[in-house]
Amino acid sequence: MMTTTLNETSTLVYERPHSLAACNTNYCPGCTHGVAHRLLAEAIDELGLRERTILVAPVGCSVFAYKYFNMDGCEAAHGRAPAMATGVKRVQPDKMVITYQGDGDLASIGMAEIVHAAARGENITTIFVNNAIYGMTGGQMAPTSLPGQKTTSSPFGRDTILTGYPVRMSELLSTLDGATYIVRRSLHDIANIRKAKKAILTALKVQMNGMGFSMVELLSSCPTNWGLEPVEALHWIENNMIPAFPLGDYKVIEEVRSL
Amino acid sequence: MAKEMLKGNIAIAEAAVRAGVEAYFGYPITPQTELLEHMSRRMVELQRVFLQAESEVAAINMVYGAACTGVRVMTSSSSPGFSLMQEGLSYIAGSDLPCVVVDVMRGGPGLGNILPSQGDYFQITRSAGHGDYHPIVLAPSSVQEAIDLTTLAFDLADQYRHIVIVAADGLIGQMMEPAELPPMQSVRTNRPDWALTGADGRQPNSIASFYLKAEEEEAFNQKIQNRLHEIRDAEQRFIEYYTDDCELLVVGYGSAGRIALSAVETARDNGMKVGLFRPLTLWPFPEKRLSELTDMVGACLVVEMSAGQMIEDVRLATGGQIPVGFYGRMGGVIPMPDEILQAITTHCRQLKHCEGAFTPLERVNS
Repeated sequence: MMTTTLNETSTLVYERPHSLAACNTNYCPGCTHGVAHRLLAEAIDELGLRERTILVAPVGCSVFAYKYFNMDGCEAAHGRAPAMATGVKRVQPDKMVITYQGDGDLASIGMAEIVHAAARGENITTIFVNNAIYGMTGGQMAPTSLPGQKTTSSPFGRDTILTGYPVRMSELLSTLDGATYIVRRSLHDIANIRKAKKAILTALKVQMNGMGFSMVELLSSCPTNWGLEPVEALHWIENNMIPAFPLGDYKVIEEVRSL
Repeated sequence: MAKEMLKGNIAIAEAAVRAGVEAYFGYPITPQTELLEHMSRRMVELQRVFLQAESEVAAINMVYGAACTGVRVMTSSSSPGFSLMQEGLSYIAGSDLPCVVVDVMRGGPGLGNILPSQGDYFQITRSAGHGDYHPIVLAPSSVQEAIDLTTLAFDLADQYRHIVIVAADGLIGQMMEPAELPPMQSVRTNRPDWALTGADGRQPNSIASFYLKAEEEEAFNQKIQNRLHEIRDAEQRFIEYYTDDCELLVVGYGSAGRIALSAVETARDNGMKVGLFRPLTLWPFPEKRLSELTDMVGACLVVEMSAGQMIEDVRLATGGQIPVGFYGRMGGVIPMPDEILQAITTHCRQLKHCEGAFTPLERVNS
């Protein structure tokens, strides 16, 4: 771990957010989970929420998220984070409850739980990391894999005749009245990372104000399982994922606009 | 409190309310739905948490989340729904969390029917989910016992940080009979130190059922096993009738045990030396007392509303020293006292004729 001693003329411009734990992660080089973690931790710090936040981690690459954040956390069954978060939140409505989920977890095995949490207007916030592949199990086809995308379980490319089409979760959830803030952002460059941070701040404010279900979908890279160099992977987000998953605000109710 | 006419499902729900349950999550399924309906009114009146989940899968995972916060929490279901809860139960066990689950068993397998059954015995007592553990399982045979065991369930869950299952059947859930509810306990305001309440002025708490290294997972499993050993030592519960001088010991739990008692009493009136052993805990199975009784009786007759599941525990407890016979009905058919009496009579006759050279009569109804 790096430590910095500042002298009188130095200014600290960058440090680990207090809400991130001082530990190594299991993420591969070039993976944008680290960026997503940092943005969420910064937002929690800036809003002063760490001491009253409970993070619900998923099954997938971010299975250890409950250890990577310096706050109370738990580890849900695959796809069930929104149900577990519902249990935590209903008993302690004054706490902040956040689920952090990947695309296999949220859009495949956990489709029912996320849809009904949103439909109920469950006052929780979901950070949805969409990298169009199953990372932890070694690169299988996900519900968000693109048509033609080669994975270890679609070695000839995703065949839409056999396996259908990618699920667009932000669009889908935005049709539900209980969802009040649903946006999609990307982590492929600095400008978009800044927009993602702003969206996370807004989503947390939605929960702080008891306004209902909020979700920020983050298009994210998986260089290891995409078989690309980290920089190429960022270009792949821009060139391949964004056309299939357009960035934007899919649901922002009037009250949220004035936050 | 005076006795009142109470339906089993409602009595269980109200007993849980009075035991201080703070959160209930459930999904409608016959024959337990009245329990959920009672909660939908009472929990809201008392400003506690009630939520109808989108599925039993979601309900048990909501229980998992609420249990993380250190409150008394429960769900209820019936056999097909209980099957769907296996995943969440295993995670709850793997996270050392307390909760209470009620299974009002019905006929199966598959969709089966909505009639009373005891066909979930294996599923409930062996683990209720993947991995090496057992929940504590309590089996009521009347509405009053359902109330008393539900109250006990919350205490045991907290005492051992463990899952406690109240294994009722459709008969217990649906029938009405006079019973007395306990007084209202106040809801606890303090939270255990492991609860997820926000890391305010303390180090963060984390709750997970995840150990990547085999040695760590084994150490956690050993911790579970040590606790199970303690529970096995301390919590074996049962009721016995006419065991002072019995030659044939009938063993039955829940509704089957209660019906068997009628048959045993008639057999006694007819001069047969018959007793009844009725487990109240299905896990831990009351093996110590049954093992002692093995030395005193000539044979056992197990009566179940299943194809014979608890009989395996009876065989283990009796250690092959005496014959173990069986009488059961399946698929929602309730055995009548006359049928059980006939099985008792047949077994008693064999005992007297054979003088120790007894051949077990398996499934005399087949």
